[in-house]
Parts: sequence; C-alpha cells; structure tokens
Amino acid sequence: MADMKIGAYVCQGCGLGERLDTKALALVAQKEGKAHVVREHEFLCNGQGVAMIQKDIDEGVNRVVIAACSRRAKAEAFNFESVAVARVNLREQVIWSQPATDEARELTQEMAADYVRMGCAEAKKVLAPTANAEHGTNKRVLVVGGGITGMTAALEASRAGYDVLLVEKTGALGGYMAKLHRRVPYREPFADPQATGIEGLMASVSQDPHITVYLNSTTTRTSGAPGRFSVDITTESGQTVTENVGAIVMASGFSPYDAAKLPEFGYGKSRNVVDQAGLEELARAAAAKGEPMRRPSDGKEIKSVVFVQCAGQRDASGAHLTYCSGHCCNTSMKQAMYFKEQNPDIDTAIIYTDLRTPGNGEDFYRSAQRKGVIFTKGKVASVDVGGDGSTTVHFHDLILDDKAAIMKDVDLVVLATGQVPNSGVNIDIPPAASDVDGAKVGEHAVSVLNLTYRQGPDIPQLKYGFTDSHFICFPYETRRTGIYAAGPVRRPMDITQAVEDATGAALKAIQALENASLGRAAHPRSGDLSFPTFRREGCTQCKRCTVECPFGAIDEDEQRYPQFNEGRCRRCGTCMGACPVRVISFENYSIDSVGSQIKAVDVPDEFSEKPRILLLACENDAYPALDMAGVAGHTSSAFVRTIPVRCLGSVNMIWITDALNSGYDGVMLMGCRHGDDYQCHFVKGSELANYRMSKIDDTLKNLNLEKDRVRVLEVAIADIGRVPALINDYAAKIQEIGMSPFKGF
Amino acid sequence: MGDINTAMAEQYRNNFLKEVEANVEEGQWVKMCMQCGVCSGSCPLGPAWEHPPQEIFMMIRAGRRDEVLKSESMWMCTSCYNCIVRCPRELPITHIMHGLANYAHRLGLAPKMNPTRRFAKKFWNNLAKSGRVNEIELSAGLYFMDGFKTGIARAWAMKDIGIGMLKAKRLNPFGFVTHKGCKDKKGIHRMLKKAREIEDRRKGFAA
Repeated sequence: MADMKIGAYVCQGCGLGERLDTKALALVAQKEGKAHVVREHEFLCNGQGVAMIQKDIDEGVNRVVIAACSRRAKAEAFNFESVAVARVNLREQVIWSQPATDEARELTQEMAADYVRMGCAEAKKVLAPTANAEHGTNKRVLVVGGGITGMTAALEASRAGYDVLLVEKTGALGGYMAKLHRRVPYREPFADPQATGIEGLMASVSQDPHITVYLNSTTTRTSGAPGRFSVDITTESGQTVTENVGAIVMASGFSPYDAAKLPEFGYGKSRNVVDQAGLEELARAAAAKGEPMRRPSDGKEIKSVVFVQCAGQRDASGAHLTYCSGHCCNTSMKQAMYFKEQNPDIDTAIIYTDLRTPGNGEDFYRSAQRKGVIFTKGKVASVDVGGDGSTTVHFHDLILDDKAAIMKDVDLVVLATGQVPNSGVNIDIPPAASDVDGAKVGEHAVSVLNLTYRQGPDIPQLKYGFTDSHFICFPYETRRTGIYAAGPVRRPMDITQAVEDATGAALKAIQALENASLGRAAHPRSGDLSFPTFRREGCTQCKRCTVECPFGAIDEDEQRYPQFNEGRCRRCGTCMGACPVRVISFENYSIDSVGSQIKAVDVPDEFSEKPRILLLACENDAYPALDMAGVAGHTSSAFVRTIPVRCLGSVNMIWITDALNSGYDGVMLMGCRHGDDYQCHFVKGSELANYRMSKIDDTLKNLNLEKDRVRVLEVAIADIGRVPALINDYAAKIQEIGMSPFKGF
Repeated sequence: MGDINTAMAEQYRNNFLKEVEANVEEGQWVKMCMQCGVCSGSCPLGPAWEHPPQEIFMMIRAGRRDEVLKSESMWMCTSCYNCIVRCPRELPITHIMHGLANYAHRLGLAPKMNPTRRFAKKFWNNLAKSGRVNEIELSAGLYFMDGFKTGIARAWAMKDIGIGMLKAKRLNPFGFVTHKGCKDKKGIHRMLKKAREIEDRRKGFAA
C-alpha cells in the first residue's frame, strides 16, 4: 500500500531500559522494520507517551508498532482507533522470561530484536478492521418453548426492554412445571413442598405487551444470522408467519424418560406403578377433588409407597440413560411428603444408591427424614405385581449387603426416571446411522429450529443429546452464534437452575443482538470487528471451510462458493487454518500477517549454536499462561519466538512448512484441551488442529526432517509453572536432535 | 419378660423403627441417619462389631427386630464418644447404642452370656444394694462368676495389681464386712423403684 506509514515505539519503562539496548532496537525497527517514525519513550503507556503516539497518528502514521508489554496489558492505553496496532511483547515474554544476568544479556537482546522485526512485519500486513456492512439490526428475541425456562427468558428480555416472540408447541404455556402439584422448596426453610406459582408467571407472560405468544406453533424454518434471523412460525393448522428476530433462546426442555422401557419395575403391568410425572398427575387430580390419593388400580387406601431412584438412569450397561438427572432425589422426597401430608402413617420408602440433593436439598433431605420418610440405600432389581394390586419390591440392600431384600404389600411404586433433552436432530449422526443406534436417545428426532444452515437443522450436541456449550467459560453459548440454549435441553436440571439458566440466556441473547447490530463478534473475541473474507478467484470450492467451521457460520451460495455469514462467525480463523489454497483472511489476521512474522525472525547459521524454535500459542489460554509465567519469574529458553494465534484451529500448515523451510529447528503448538472435556474456546479448533497435525509426519518425511521438529501440546491457562518447563524440555530435545539442515537457504 | 416382648412386637406390628423411636433412649434420632458410615469408620472397636452403628440403624429401618435386639453389637460400645463427635447429622450414637442394649435387656432378648451385660448387671446390683459400689465384692463377684476354679485363676493372674493396690491403700481387703454404703439406703431403694415405675409407664412396660 502506497500510503503505509509505520510508527514504531520502544518503551523503556518497567525495566526495559535497563535490560535492553532500546536504541539498538529502535535502529532495528528503522533499518530492518522499515518504520517511518521511530521513537523511544521512558514510560510509553503514560499520558505523555500515548499523546506522542497520537500526535504521530494525527500526522499520518497509520500502522503502529508498540514494543513494550504484552498485548494483554495496557490495552486501553494503546487503543488507537482506525489504525492497525501491532504489540511487541518485550516485557512479559522477553525480559521477564530471561535471567537478569550479564551473561544472558546478549541472547535477551537478540530475542527483543527479533520480536521488534516481527512486530514491524506484522504491522505491514494488517489493517484496522471495519465492521461488515451487511450486519443485521433486528433487536427482537425469539424464545422457543413456553415452559418455565422459556417464560422466564421471555420475561427477563422484556423487562430489559426488548420485544419477545414466544413460540410454544402445545396449546398452553407452562410446560412440565404446569403439570406439577407442588415444587421442591426454593425458599427458607426448605422444609415443605411449595406451590409452583406457574399461574402467576403465565399471566405475566400473556399480559406483557412486549411478549407475543404463539401457541400450537413450531419454528419450521430458521435462517439468517444474529441481528437478522428470519423465522417461519407455523401453527398446527399449517398457517405460517415469517418473523425477523435478532437472537434466539432455545428452551425446548426435556421429556421424561419413557418408563415403558422398564418392564422389570412393573411399569405397564400395574396401574400402581407410575413414574414421577404420573404421581404428580395423581396428586393434582386428588387435590382438585379435595380427596386423598388412592390406589390407581382399585381406589383402595394407600398405606405404603416405595420410590425407586435412578430408574433407567445412571445405567452402566448402556441400555438406559447413563447420566444422573439431578432433580429426581429432591423430587421423590417432595412426592413422599405429599403422602406424609395426607397421612403421616403412610409408609414411604425411598430406595436410592446415592442420594444427590443439589441446591438447598440437604435441608429438604433432613426435613423428609424428620417427617419419617425412610431412606434405604439399595438397588432395586424388580417389582412384582400381585393379583390384588399390591406389589413387592425386590432390591439389593447395599448397607446390609442383602441381595434378597424385599418390601412387601406396597400399594404404589414411583419410578424416578430421568430427563431426556428435547434437542432435536443430532446433526453429527447421519440419518442412516440412527438405525444402528436404535435404542439411543433422540431416535426419530424432530428438528426444533429447522435451521437452514449447511451443517444441519439443529444445534450441535455434546453428549447424551444435550446441546454443546463451553461448560467452564460460556455455559449458555451453543455452537450457533446468537442462539442460546437454556434449561434442561442444555443439561439435566431442576426448576431453580432452569430459572437461572433462562435469565443468563436472555442476557446473552441481548448481548448477541446488540453486538450484531454493531457488526461485532460475540465471545470470546467479543467486540472484534474483523470478519473472514475469501479471494473468490483462488477458491477451489473444496468446502473444507464450510464443513470445519465449528459454528456453522459458512453456507454455500448458488455457485457453491463459501458464503460467510459474518454475524454467525466467532472470528476463530478455523476456516483460515483449513483452507488448502489459503484464500481466507481477516483484515487484521491472515496467512500473511503471521507468515511474514515467521520470516522476519533472524535465523543464525548452523554453527552458531543458536537454534530457533517457533511457538504458535493460542491467545486464549497458552499465551496468557506464558505471560503469567514471565510475571511469576519463570525463565525459559531464549531461542523461542512466540506468535499468538486466535485458535490452534487457525494454524495453517503453510506456517509450519514455511518455518521449517526457512531454517527453524522446531515448531511448538500450544492449544487448549480437546475432546469431550474440551477447553477450546472455539470448541473444535484445537481438535481440528490436532487432527491436522497428526498428518504432519508425512510432510516432515518429505522434508527429510525428524518427527520431533513439530510438537503439539495441550496447555491450560493455569499451567503457569508448566509452560516454561514444556519450552525448556523441547529446547533440550532440539539440542539433542541437532540443528536443522535448512539454514541459510 | 417374654410377654413384654410379644406385646411390644404386636403393638408396633412390623414397624420396628416406630418401636425404637418410642421405647429406646434417643431412638427418635435413628431416622435421621444418612448412612455416611463415619460412625463405623470412627469406632475404635469397629472391626470387632458384627453390625457397626450405621448398619444397626439400617437394620432398624429394614424392620429386622430380632436380629437387632439379639445382637451382641451394641454391647461392644465402650462410650468413647468418637462417633458422636464425628457424626455430621449429630446423632447421639453412643446413647442410642446403650438405649438399644438396655431395651433388648428389658425385653429379655439380650444375649444371656454377653460379658458386658453380665458385668453391667453385677455392677448395677452391687451399686443398687447400698447406693455405693463395694469394690472388693464386685471384683470377687466378677472373678468367680464362672466358678471357683476360674475365679482362683483370674485372681492369681491379677495378684500383682491387687498387692500394689493394697500397698497404695486403694483396696480395702475387709470391704466384704466393713463396707457401709450410703446413709439412707431405704430412701435410695425407694427412689430407684419410683424411677423404674416412671420409665415403665412411659415406655408401656407397666403391667
């Protein structure tokens, strides 16, 4: 670009002036970095320093290289709008990661000089990003599901000043909660079942002028992106309206696990065996008539009730649900109290293997014990149905290790079956494969959102059919930007948790549509204006980007070219890492912006005994860990040159081969943990990078290089002591295998 | 005694937990056990018990009346109070164990030859007779409760301690005749009788 004017600024504060020859660094920026303006400053981040830079910008500098501290520090001071800024991390990862000795001075200076070169190289290749012009500005929230989660989300969004569309499949709001007689207590003293209060909530929703409710309706088509979703809402009778919304909360809830799959517990053989939902029905019917609950089979008085916990749950054999639904222990205690309320002499026994009482359930547990509910640690083997309607429960008493324990003359058996998420179609299983997995959760699934996304009609799932979300950092986020899952569709939960979840999701939805209306990214690069574009004439239509995007952001247009929906994009660059012809780039992050940094490093010759190791570090976890290692005073090899990447998924193979070709002795990649317990902030980026790197051996073989020239590592943000050790280990390994034969070409 | 047992069993049908709650000292706590097993793990004699406290509580809830009441287990308790201190549900486990032992004894179901029970009986009778323990008589009674020959053998085995106590004047060899007891023996006997009556009435033992 003709009018490019680079300003390079070397800070002398925080000990940089003492430990480094900043004058020499300024010279490097000027001579090698070709910076037009070069200045040293004793305290760059103070008002005077910043004003100095601003003055240069006003006078025409449009690329700024700041050779000072980490990009994670002083971000506000060095926030110059409309110019591209490259940060050179001389503090945390140079002087603080090197010993402060005279002997180390030379290598530290070389390190700093390289980073200045890299910073100048980067500055030449990046632009200050401008928002995509095509972003949507719709600020309505669509809530799918009218249960406690959906209603709470709708009310919260409405209270925050946003219009809401609430779509409910059935003819009434309330969902599962409306079917309950009472709820588990959520207030002090957590001792007795409480009224659900659902009627009041339903009334508030229907009376809210900002909430439009669509009953007997489903979402039959969802397209677009945050800020500009277009949704077809179809009623049972087939009438369709198309609405535009900015963000979506998916609160499709759960279905109780089908108790008919548990014939060994007598379900279906006797009306006196019910599931938890069946008991609520019984209790509501009795309460409506003002009568005590009676045996469903013959209307006889109930004297003894047994609750079977984990019925079809936590099943190691895999025939039923393998997980714990979390709410059932509290629910069974609540239901046992229905009977104790009716008549304290009714024997109520809860047979459990592990009593789990989340929230304030421990108080509730004590209350149940005080009321005389009997808790028996055991595993129910079978329920025999007798001729007279009473049943016998056979179980293994785990405390007394009595395999033939029984409870006789039981009038009613209640099975605590679990929650199955209503998460729609599992897009990771091809339709044909569902036959093989016939018994699995989610069979014959009907799509909830009917997304027109290339990657499939529903939100990706993680495990057991629950929607995928970054459990630690972004629990409400799904892998579809602007669409937030809340309630038991996300993970098993009770009412209290669902309400919290709904509130969180509503706020995230608002955040998403507000970001979208400014053309900015959602988490984890929230506020980022950059977005991926591709060079059409170079594209081979291989579709790798559309397939690999963890967020389904990329569709295909009529001519089968990738169509980036910037609003759905999280700016991870996984598409950029995937592209074999390297046509995808961001304004401030590209193959070239990193590649030129790699090439800017001064690689000494084979006989110098100064190897060069490239470290591509994930900016989310690995790079902060490296910074903090420096802060903590851990030293590591001076031969490493670190470049932060948005995600390991954005690492294109060309960077590795370029580095090795230009004489680097080794390449390290540090990213987040992948797999089921992933920590990758972009969900699949780290996994994809690992997969791609598993094929690196062939490349190394072709180059006639050793396998150890490339090492991929998993690093967490807390690995502050571990990262320097990993670096030093690898440096020692490189020492052992010797210098690369590619130097000096 | 057998009559009381049958009467109690019938009164509470097969709800042993309710029977324990009504008749056993601190029995109302049994339902609060959450089966964590800390009591069993804390008991210094734990491995020697056939059924540690956690199990006994479970057996009570499971209605295993005979098995619990005829058990030797609660007689093993040495009142160290480790379990009480550690129980997260604050159950007075030691007291419940003694309550159960006492109840079993009252129903005539306690194991006849259980040494703790026999010692407890000897101790109580000795104490109740004069209101104050006659040590030499109690010791001799214990040594010789299984016959003259074993009594001599036990006394011989303990002779060094006995001589030591004599020298230190901790044992009065003439206690058989000189033991005086409390002043108002009759009053004490009346008091104990009254207490027994009250307890029997409360627990439904009264004839």
